[in-house]
Amino acid sequence: MLKIDQIWKVFNEGTPDEKVALDHIDLHLQAGDFVTVIGSNGAGKSTMLNMISGALTPDAGDIYIAGNNVTKLKEHERAQYIGRVFQDPMAGTAPSMTIEENLAIAYSRNRRRRLRLGVTKERREYFKTSLETLGLHLENRMNTLVGMLSGGERQALSLLMATFTNPNILLLDEHTAALDPSRAASITDITKTLVEKDQLTTVMVTHNMQQALDLGNRLIMMDKGQIILEVGEEEKKTLTIPKLMEQFQKIRGEQLVNDAALLS
Amino acid sequence: MLALAALFGSIEQGVIYAIMALGVYLTFRILDFPDLTVDGSFVTGAAIVATMITFGYSPIVATLLAIIVGFFAGTITGVLHTKGKINPLLSGIIMMIALYSINLRIMGLSTETSVTRPNIPLLNEETVFSSFLAFWKTLPVDGWINGMFSALGAQSLPGSYGILALMIIVIIVIKLIVDFFLQTEIGLAIRATGNNQRMIRSFSANTDRLIILGLGISNGLVALAGGLIAQYNKFADNGMGVGMIIVGLASVIIGEAIFGTKTIVRTTFAVIIGSVIYRIILGFALRINLDPGDMKLITAIIVVIALVVPRLFEERRNKKKKLQRRAALDAERGDLLVKN
Repeated sequence: MLKIDQIWKVFNEGTPDEKVALDHIDLHLQAGDFVTVIGSNGAGKSTMLNMISGALTPDAGDIYIAGNNVTKLKEHERAQYIGRVFQDPMAGTAPSMTIEENLAIAYSRNRRRRLRLGVTKERREYFKTSLETLGLHLENRMNTLVGMLSGGERQALSLLMATFTNPNILLLDEHTAALDPSRAASITDITKTLVEKDQLTTVMVTHNMQQALDLGNRLIMMDKGQIILEVGEEEKKTLTIPKLMEQFQKIRGEQLVNDAALLS
Repeated sequence: MLALAALFGSIEQGVIYAIMALGVYLTFRILDFPDLTVDGSFVTGAAIVATMITFGYSPIVATLLAIIVGFFAGTITGVLHTKGKINPLLSGIIMMIALYSINLRIMGLSTETSVTRPNIPLLNEETVFSSFLAFWKTLPVDGWINGMFSALGAQSLPGSYGILALMIIVIIVIKLIVDFFLQTEIGLAIRATGNNQRMIRSFSANTDRLIILGLGISNGLVALAGGLIAQYNKFADNGMGVGMIIVGLASVIIGEAIFGTKTIVRTTFAVIIGSVIYRIILGFALRINLDPGDMKLITAIIVVIALVVPRLFEERRNKKKKLQRRAALDAERGDLLVKN
């Protein structure tokens, strides 16, 4: 479903600040795979996500989604295939539009936008039933401006909107990091439900190791622009945080630089 | 005694300028793009209409062409900003200054003695208003309304209500179209573009194209208003667009301050009424011995008041609340002291 082939990216090339952000990354996801990505700050996790979404273009290498080479497609062109949830709960929704208008925008993701009403009677019913799955009673507040919702509610709505049209790929960029622990837990639950419901192929970046272990069927660890550890389905089931730390030490021969950040 | 005729003129003009204000609302509020093209495209609309009417074309055809050319001018501003990566304000200013010369050239087409022309009078020409009035005069409505006002004791009555009737129909149609458009899939995407570009891009919308489209529609409306004002005043002048963006802004702000912005339907209504109120204020200012040349200064003052006064009120309200809270707290403490 998703194939990342020898992606290479350098920031500030030719200056003293030159930094290899992604060092010949290879990643292959089957349909329905849910891979969690961990690694310390600056490991290249977010850069990789931005490559997939098209926010950044690779210096070399190719990206395939559902067999199509999308490397040269612009962000909005690729967005037909990709659902995204950002770290910032404010980033995934339009604050001065209502809940149903936001959902209508998400609904048109893989359709041609036309001069017909965005919110029709039938669509409103569909939006309502979809909102019910969140369990936040947002279905009773369809005409509320999204800017009036709490961070957790907005992030839940972003998740629903990102998964609304069954995207080929779902990208989650530390989407619970900006929330307090109880809300983060509820968003994690919603993520699980939504992804399992449609068997979405998902890449989730997280700083929270426990979350990385709880969710998904595969796990990769990144460091200095490389994928240094890949954990498959069977192995992941028995994986624990101490085991992960041990693995890292073995590979890199050094203590994780910022344990606190990783374990947060 | 009521000076109805003067007030009436302000209302007529207010409704025509409301079309322009809706255009400004689309860019300034919906797209969050302060578009200065308006100062130029307003005159472009007037220039097109005046030139074509001078050539003997139908005023309706001339007015429709003004919309199309205004739309085109807006899209160029959009291309400058999105493809040329020029800052929004600067793109608008560039286009405004370019249109200044283009408008002189357009009006220049109407004369053989020169390639440019700063103004065109339309004194005895047929306009959409004169055609409509010819039809309107066959109806007995003017007599009824003036009879009613005379019975109430009003003097100096307006000659005819035809233009106002026509313009009310036009503005209602435009309002309904704008309201509908902003609820369509494309309209929603345009609104989201002004709200959160990163979000709407992640939902596969081409923000560049939406900004260009939004600027086009806005300037189409502005040019329509310019074309109608030229026919209403019976002349087009290259200076008639100066400060138009501020006039539009004043209408938007006044309307929003009075009627709020709860829904799109309500806000577009607010903008229309805001434009009428602005003209009435201006009308009063001119009646107290101010010169028409002072109009821009008055406009600037109105806008400053409309921007600053609501905030001052808010601050005063907050201060009052704080004082009350503190007083309540002090009272509580006082009680405690007494008890102890």
